[in-house]
Amino acid sequence: MINKKNYTPRKNILIGLFCLVGIVFLTRLFYLQVVDDSGRRNSDNNVFRYITQYPARGKIFDRNGNLLVYNEAAYDLMVVPNQVKKFDTASFCRLLHIEKEYVVTKLNKAKRYSRFKPSVFLAQLSKEEHGYIVEMLYNFPGFYFQTRTLRRYPSPIAAHILGDIGEVGQKEIDANTYYKLGDYIGKSGIERSYENELRGKKGMRIVMVDVHNREKGSYENGKYDTLPVHGNNLYLGLDAELQQYGELLMQNKIGSIVAIEPSTGQILAMVNSPTFDPNLLVGNVRGKNYKELLADKRKPLINRAVNGLYPPGSTFKMLNGLISLQRGSITPNTSFPCNGKESTPIRCTHDHGSPVALASAIENSCNPYFWHAFRSLLDDSHFRNQKEAYEYWREHVLAFGLGKRFDTDIPFEQSGNIPTKAYFDKLYHGKWNSMTIRSLGIGQGEILLTPLQLANMTAAIGNEGYYYLPHFIRHIEGDAEIDTRFKTRIETGIDKRHFYLVKQAMRDVFEGSHGTARFSKIDSISAAGKTGTAENPHGKDHSLFIAFAPVENPTIAIAVVIENAGFGSTWAAPIASLMMEKYIKGYTTRIALEKQIAAVNLIPKNHQ
Amino acid sequence: MREKSVFSSIDWWTVLIYICLILFGWINIYSAVYNEEHQSIFDLSQRYGKQLLWMLLAFVLGFLILLIDAKFFNAFAFPIYILLLLVLAYVLFFGDEIAGSKSWIKIGSFALQPAEFAKFATALVVASYLGRLNVNLRDRKTQLKAFLLVLIPAGMILAQNDTGSALVFASFILVFYREGMSGLIMVLGIIAVLLFVLTLYFSQKVVLIGLVALFIILSLFLIKRNKKYILRLLGILVVCCGFVFSVNYVFENVLGAHQKNRINVLLGITKDLKGVGYNINQSKIAIGSGGFSGKGFLNGTQTKYNFVPEQSTDFIFCTVGEEWGFVGCFATIALYITLLVRLLILSERQRSTFSRIYGYSIASILFFHFTVNIGMTIGLMPVIGIPLPFFSYGGSSLWAFTIMLFVFIRQDANRLQIL
Repeated sequence: MINKKNYTPRKNILIGLFCLVGIVFLTRLFYLQVVDDSGRRNSDNNVFRYITQYPARGKIFDRNGNLLVYNEAAYDLMVVPNQVKKFDTASFCRLLHIEKEYVVTKLNKAKRYSRFKPSVFLAQLSKEEHGYIVEMLYNFPGFYFQTRTLRRYPSPIAAHILGDIGEVGQKEIDANTYYKLGDYIGKSGIERSYENELRGKKGMRIVMVDVHNREKGSYENGKYDTLPVHGNNLYLGLDAELQQYGELLMQNKIGSIVAIEPSTGQILAMVNSPTFDPNLLVGNVRGKNYKELLADKRKPLINRAVNGLYPPGSTFKMLNGLISLQRGSITPNTSFPCNGKESTPIRCTHDHGSPVALASAIENSCNPYFWHAFRSLLDDSHFRNQKEAYEYWREHVLAFGLGKRFDTDIPFEQSGNIPTKAYFDKLYHGKWNSMTIRSLGIGQGEILLTPLQLANMTAAIGNEGYYYLPHFIRHIEGDAEIDTRFKTRIETGIDKRHFYLVKQAMRDVFEGSHGTARFSKIDSISAAGKTGTAENPHGKDHSLFIAFAPVENPTIAIAVVIENAGFGSTWAAPIASLMMEKYIKGYTTRIALEKQIAAVNLIPKNHQ
Repeated sequence: MREKSVFSSIDWWTVLIYICLILFGWINIYSAVYNEEHQSIFDLSQRYGKQLLWMLLAFVLGFLILLIDAKFFNAFAFPIYILLLLVLAYVLFFGDEIAGSKSWIKIGSFALQPAEFAKFATALVVASYLGRLNVNLRDRKTQLKAFLLVLIPAGMILAQNDTGSALVFASFILVFYREGMSGLIMVLGIIAVLLFVLTLYFSQKVVLIGLVALFIILSLFLIKRNKKYILRLLGILVVCCGFVFSVNYVFENVLGAHQKNRINVLLGITKDLKGVGYNINQSKIAIGSGGFSGKGFLNGTQTKYNFVPEQSTDFIFCTVGEEWGFVGCFATIALYITLLVRLLILSERQRSTFSRIYGYSIASILFFHFTVNIGMTIGLMPVIGIPLPFFSYGGSSLWAFTIMLFVFIRQDANRLQIL
């Protein structure tokens, strides 16, 4: 010890070092725990998982309470790779009816995504498949079922009307904070128009999870959880039986039927042909079927009732008559000569006496009469010139709901076309007159209407001067407000007194000795109608028919359009007549006609 | 009289702090591995159940050590050291590998880590060797021998791929410093670490330019006084530059990939929150989320749901931080610093050099563990897997630290009997 220097003071340096480290640590901890609060926030995100509880989407019923759309549980077989134990692949494949390669690729894919998070192994199995598999699933740890709901349709009708749902796109997510990735939203039809009513309200479950995303129970016993609220059921004005009947009659034809309840504007049927089974576009078969439908030359995905644009032809004649009566450029007794096939500038296609007055002209669908009437309207001395007269005419046409969209709950409407004065000014460099635009007098030329507009026009005639905006909705569960516009009567500006004559003339279309639809008369029901044979540049004439019944206080107004099927009286008229009978009586008596129509194939050869 | 004197003369303060630390440690292990299916604290299938058993055995060990004659440890220091070296050699060849380290001996379901006990044996042998009357640490040969005594077990442990435990042996530098080794080594060590970090953080070029600039400034300052110093300074510059040149080589070729990553994460060179930086990030989140007063016992969401890996062993301090907050951390750190300072004070009052050096050795080892472990959890140190003494789950480390501490308490109790 003697020869050793005393290093005792170094003790203090070491004590100082110890204390320094202690102080540095405490300073750092004070910063982490007291000053900086990012730790607290991050730990919340770490441990809570907000699990969305999806509400059941509202069901859709028809006017009589028949179910049109409901939800069906589908089952996704999920897999959590790190929970999978060795299993008997052969019996697993037999159970699921899959190949071994499928198991290998799917498992590898799931592993690549995450070993701890669930991946879909086999998507959208049916209730039956699920029931069968779930009993054996205990042999295969790591696999479990997750339910999701699919839309189902008890009868395969009204595909275009009901529409479909699909996963939300980025645009929809950006536009509305309600939607998150993977949510479903109505993409078309009723599903789209009443998305807010049908979707209900999502719930939220807060669970605690550990680092491997394994659930560890609910947070605070679910104190902060919210339950989902199911969507409201919808009741449509649609008559499912009528719709189904219409689809039957229209099979193997291209065209559309629209039936409206004139007293409300509710759509009773909107038949599209060709159509498809809405069940085809649901679940794991959707992609494949959609492609096939899209490739079909007859374009079954198009809703022709609102997207098909047709020249109304003779079905437009009542309107021209009514406008002329309203203006006073003709009276019910005003007669014009008809030279039949020799008439100029427009010939008559029907055989009747001459001269003719309005009622007879309607019954016989006399082209020369309506050319003369149209000219006398445009030449009326009330107007300064023909162009002002044209404006008058156009305004009244538009007042029947033509040439513009209704913008109700019917998605993707076309507005049709009623040409403007400016259009003709441009087309004819300002030099045009009644002669130039004479086709408008008989519903040809530039006039284009959708079957829906045609039906609405018919309803307005049946109502003798007014209509309600055509729409689907009848009642929303929970008495949610229906758009007040749907309940507002819209006047056409034609006096009621002018309709009597027109309606009687339309009745004679069925009942008169020369009536163009006399072979389609309905037993014990008074009906009024008008045939139309619309020339079109694409081929054979379109067969058109509009009608309403009963003549006094009609309960149904209908428009039938069959593309390239020739005369309106041949096919469109009997179909309209059967539809009206079916709706009013609930049954039909002309079984042979029904069978004949359902069986006939009117699709042009180049579309088959 | 003699039997009675052992228990009446031991330093109860140290024992009390020891008991406080292991009890608080156990509470945190319980919380870290707590799950509702196993609530019994005696459940031996759970870590807290096992740890409770290790603790009881540790108390027995501590008690037994107090009954052994104080002179035994000095006398048997070398045999114990040799025995441990043999065990380390055995482990090196026949040991079992757990988590990448081939440093375990499995006896049934029970695994011992001899490296933990090697620290104790080395402390004994260093104290015993330097405690000899004719030994002076100013002597080169003595220094070399002392270093060898430390480096042999450290090297063997390094060979077992247990870098953390091997690094602990660096703590003997503090002991040597206290016993007269030039403080220059410590200063050089600090400069070396500084240069290493700077080189990695900036780049070789920047650090070299900095060094040369520093040299020029110092030379201008010294040129008026003594030109001899400039030559020395030049020598230091050359050595420093050489060191800087070697840093990249060492970093790229000597260190393992995981070690490089850990250093990069610490220095903020890489930010990889899902991969290498995950532990540290989650650990900091856990501690930070505790706030001032903590979330409360068993309420730590971070630690309870396994967001922090190794939470019951190397990252046990996270649980303290999250559930007990700054208050709990303060108490824990205060306990450790008190214990460490207490050990130094006790060491200084020893009459035997052996006891003093031994005391310094265990204080230094505990200090190293404390600094590196807590420094790691709060992001001030790279991830080095060594336990927090008395806190972390694990029988080997608990027993080894208990033995170390109680051997010193036994020596201290005996101090008055040494003339």
